[in-house]
Amino acid sequence: MSERIIKVKNLKKNFGKHEVLKNINFSVKKGDITTIIGASGSGKSTLLRCINLLENPTDGEILYNGENILNSKNVPAYRAKVGMVFQNFNLFENMNVLQNCMVGLRKVLKMNKEEAKERSLYYLEKVGMTPYINAKPRQLSGGQKQRVAIARALAMQPDVLLFDEPTSALDPQMVGEVLSVIKKLAEEGLTMIIVTHEMAFAKEISNHVVFMHNGVIAEEGNADRIFVNPKKAETKEFLQRFIACA
Amino acid sequence: MSLPQDFWGRIIFIINEYGLSLLKGAGTTLLIALVGTLIGCVIGLIVGTIQAIPISKKDNIFKKIFLRILKIIMSIYVEVFRGTPMMVQAMFIYYGLAVCFGINMSMWFAAFFIVSINTGAYMAETVRGGILSVADGQTEAAKALGMTYTQTMLYVILPQALKNIMPQIGNNLIINIKDTCVLSVIGTVELFFATKSVAGTYYTYFEANAIAMVMYLCMTVSCAKLLRLIENKLNGPENYSLSTTDTLAFTSGLLKYPNKKEAK
Repeated sequence: MSERIIKVKNLKKNFGKHEVLKNINFSVKKGDITTIIGASGSGKSTLLRCINLLENPTDGEILYNGENILNSKNVPAYRAKVGMVFQNFNLFENMNVLQNCMVGLRKVLKMNKEEAKERSLYYLEKVGMTPYINAKPRQLSGGQKQRVAIARALAMQPDVLLFDEPTSALDPQMVGEVLSVIKKLAEEGLTMIIVTHEMAFAKEISNHVVFMHNGVIAEEGNADRIFVNPKKAETKEFLQRFIACA
Repeated sequence: MSLPQDFWGRIIFIINEYGLSLLKGAGTTLLIALVGTLIGCVIGLIVGTIQAIPISKKDNIFKKIFLRILKIIMSIYVEVFRGTPMMVQAMFIYYGLAVCFGINMSMWFAAFFIVSINTGAYMAETVRGGILSVADGQTEAAKALGMTYTQTMLYVILPQALKNIMPQIGNNLIINIKDTCVLSVIGTVELFFATKSVAGTYYTYFEANAIAMVMYLCMTVSCAKLLRLIENKLNGPENYSLSTTDTLAFTSGLLKYPNKKEAK
């Protein structure tokens, strides 16, 4: 299976005069688990947000199953196929856990109530949040919120799931519960693109690592090559700082 | 029956003689304030929501022009009605339009119209603020699920915005209860108008206005309490129940899981 789901070509993104992404090229195969690492401000999150069109790229192409989605008339339909999990969870505060998962199914996929509930419960079970279906987001801990957010994204049964620093806003003791959920999904073969600062996790889970530096992809390759045997000086320096911390 | 000399005697005298007309005035005040606030909220909701629609570069040219013009008209409306006294507006709309254009509207219609349109102008900004107060992250999350702008507004943003602006709606209602008294200039017999007649007849300005103030206070305080109750209701229950039963049993029953997570 070497079907490329997402292919990014010559992607550029400017915020005013500031070039955040300079000519990015990379692609994701079906079943790939890609992690994007790099220092803060290197453009990791912006790249991820461009893939979901939460940011409008200044130039370049993003091909989804061969079709350039930047020319697409139906952006919502594309977004429904590409799930996203945010750093700050972003659960809908006016809905309880179950409703958070159901709203996309009901309103976007137009499922009926029973089907939507059944599917939501299935994915809430997967992340271990079924006992809390009646709770409002403000009544949950950070880790629990993030697990609900993952279930909400999974319920849409996306082709690709994007994670934008899913554990950066969590207490150290809650990081584990979220990472283990993501690991479980990896074992099931879900295609994922993960922006993360958890190097040990990235090394363990991913089969493709992208290291970003100052808005360009400085180095990419499989996990072992990047973590054990980096070629570029920037990559070495970046990884060394992390090893020093750990 | 002659007018008593002492304060309480006069109060009782006024209540006996004019209690009914004062109550009727209070009823009119309350009716105009409630209806005006309600319609004003609807106007504010529409105007505020339209004001909050972002214009993106990708939109087609007609949509952009249409939205721009609509937004300009609405901001003129907001600025004019927020920026001029309601009393002057009342005179202008009720007498001015009649003299100049021969538009004769009934006093009742004019009263409801003036209060509604005034409240609408204030509420528009309040609603816009309420929409902005809902964290951007939730809009992004809704977008990421594939929801359209309208769906995001309807199911995620507006329910929260409305809850956030409830105190402001209460404020507006209280302001309206008090400010309907300016409608006496167009001959609306509300509480202030009724009080003025009573006070003038027997020259009991102190007593009649004391009664009127108590009546206004009763109305505003009870409305404030009522709105607080509604607010609490909207906040939903403080607690939630852990569902420890097999929730799937109610749907398909295909999956099972043990009840290992008992109460927190």
